[in-house]
Amino acid sequence: MTKEHSAPVIRVDGLTKKYEDRVAVGGITFSVNGGEVFGFLGPNGAGKTTTIRMLTGLSKPTSGNASIFGFDVRTDIVEAKRYIGVVPEISNLYEDLTAMDNLLFMGQLYGLPRNRRREKAEELLNTFGLYERRGDLFRRFSRGMKRALTISAALIHDPDILFLDEPTVGLDVVAARSLRTLVARLRDFGITVFLTTHYLEEADLLCDRVAILVKGRIVDIGTPSELKSQVQREPAIDIGFARAVPDAARRLSAALPGLRIIEADDARFRIYGGEPSYVLARALDFENDCGIRLETINTVRPTLEDAFMKIAGMGPSVLLMEKGGKNR
Amino acid sequence: MRWSDIRGAICIAVKDMKTYYLKPPAISWGIVFPVSWIAAFYLRNPRDFTELVPGLVAMTILFSTTAAEAVVINFELRMGSLERLLLAPISPKAVLLGKVLGGTAFGFIMSAVVAAGASAILGLRPNVFYLLVIMSLSLVVFSSLGALVCVMVREVFEAQTLLNLPRFLMVFVSGVVYPVSGMPVVLQFFSRIMPLTYVVEGLRSAFGVARPATIMVDVGMLTVFLVLYLIPAMRLLERKFE
Repeated sequence: MTKEHSAPVIRVDGLTKKYEDRVAVGGITFSVNGGEVFGFLGPNGAGKTTTIRMLTGLSKPTSGNASIFGFDVRTDIVEAKRYIGVVPEISNLYEDLTAMDNLLFMGQLYGLPRNRRREKAEELLNTFGLYERRGDLFRRFSRGMKRALTISAALIHDPDILFLDEPTVGLDVVAARSLRTLVARLRDFGITVFLTTHYLEEADLLCDRVAILVKGRIVDIGTPSELKSQVQREPAIDIGFARAVPDAARRLSAALPGLRIIEADDARFRIYGGEPSYVLARALDFENDCGIRLETINTVRPTLEDAFMKIAGMGPSVLLMEKGGKNR
Repeated sequence: MRWSDIRGAICIAVKDMKTYYLKPPAISWGIVFPVSWIAAFYLRNPRDFTELVPGLVAMTILFSTTAAEAVVINFELRMGSLERLLLAPISPKAVLLGKVLGGTAFGFIMSAVVAAGASAILGLRPNVFYLLVIMSLSLVVFSSLGALVCVMVREVFEAQTLLNLPRFLMVFVSGVVYPVSGMPVVLQFFSRIMPLTYVVEGLRSAFGVARPATIMVDVGMLTVFLVLYLIPAMRLLERKFE
């Protein structure tokens, strides 16, 4: 379902951050519309966190402009902060305060009346399944629970924009999935989400629009579909046999003349350039000839990862390194 | 400074009291160290201890406030939680002020216990007004000094080590245990550029050990030191996040 988005709530124009001679963010320009989930995709060190820090007042831009709801982040950042919630990459609430006290303190900082902040804290603790643990110290929480409470703290004042910096880093699969569900719900509530991630599938699932950031510069911006459509649409099909096929490369080339075949291993292959019906028919013939059961056959669609690698000019090995760079 | 800044600073100070006052560095440098000094001086010369009370209260103020600042600032710098405060809709100045108030409150508890205990045990009758004026001002001055040093470094132990330089220098040249007037001229000059000297003098006036003739000078000088420490500390915190 296509969602109507309102006017831009974040405007960035030529935003630059330099540390001495090193350019961390080099003159980026983009805008984020109200109610959309906007993803900032890029490898480690691309400038994603630096951008968030400039937009949230934790770092001053070297040059360029940025505003949140029209409030300039250089001159009116205190006013802008009333409208934003921030979930940093590290869950940095107070280790020696309980879950409830952490939320109440955050509510106090944002000037929520006493009754309202308790009501909101209880609501958030319930939403994130932490109510039973409200009296426990933050430092006794698991990594996933810490993340959940950090997000709760960012939502205590009902922000219009939520900045999420690498939200699923360090989470287990279940917690990461819950968090993605939550982000989708936030969008339904009309909250604008600004998300940085280097997990491409996460951006593909969650984001309405994505900007690809490489070495401090935006190299492309668009919906995940638009970005994926830039990848050459050469048909690709994966086939897998029940066990290794002897002399596979030569025999498959003979069975599928004119097509490009890449061996993943002795039993799994990717075939480029053939229509699925043709490849399926020839693969079944090959199964009969060689007597090894054809176990899987899948058409391959371009992913955001393919698009990212093409647009960012990165090889798969670099991306694998990025993925391995932070534990999930 | 706006009302939201003042409210934010108070929230931060109250949170710091709940969170950090029982941390080991605050207890060892802010409580154990001054209490040990007081006990040592009392045991050495209980008869003339009254003379030493102003200096020991001043030293308690110095150590308790600066030790607390190292804890409330550097624990948060290390854990990254100071950034949480800077993400709230209050100015960085208000965050620093909250941290200074947190150290001030810790120092007030400690020095009030020492001043009240000494008065009760030794039968002293301090001028409460003078005492409160000098104590309040010096608590904020030394909290600001602590904040200024602590925002320069990241770790609590670095802050405590760095703080020991001005702390011990002041203890030895500011008349805590030995009158400034009896020191060599060079040291007397040094003592005049140390805020602890004016705290000791002000407290001596408040405890009736000296005449209160210089108390306005002491208040004036402490106000100057407050400006010299607090404003650069605020600026340093802002620069740390530029």
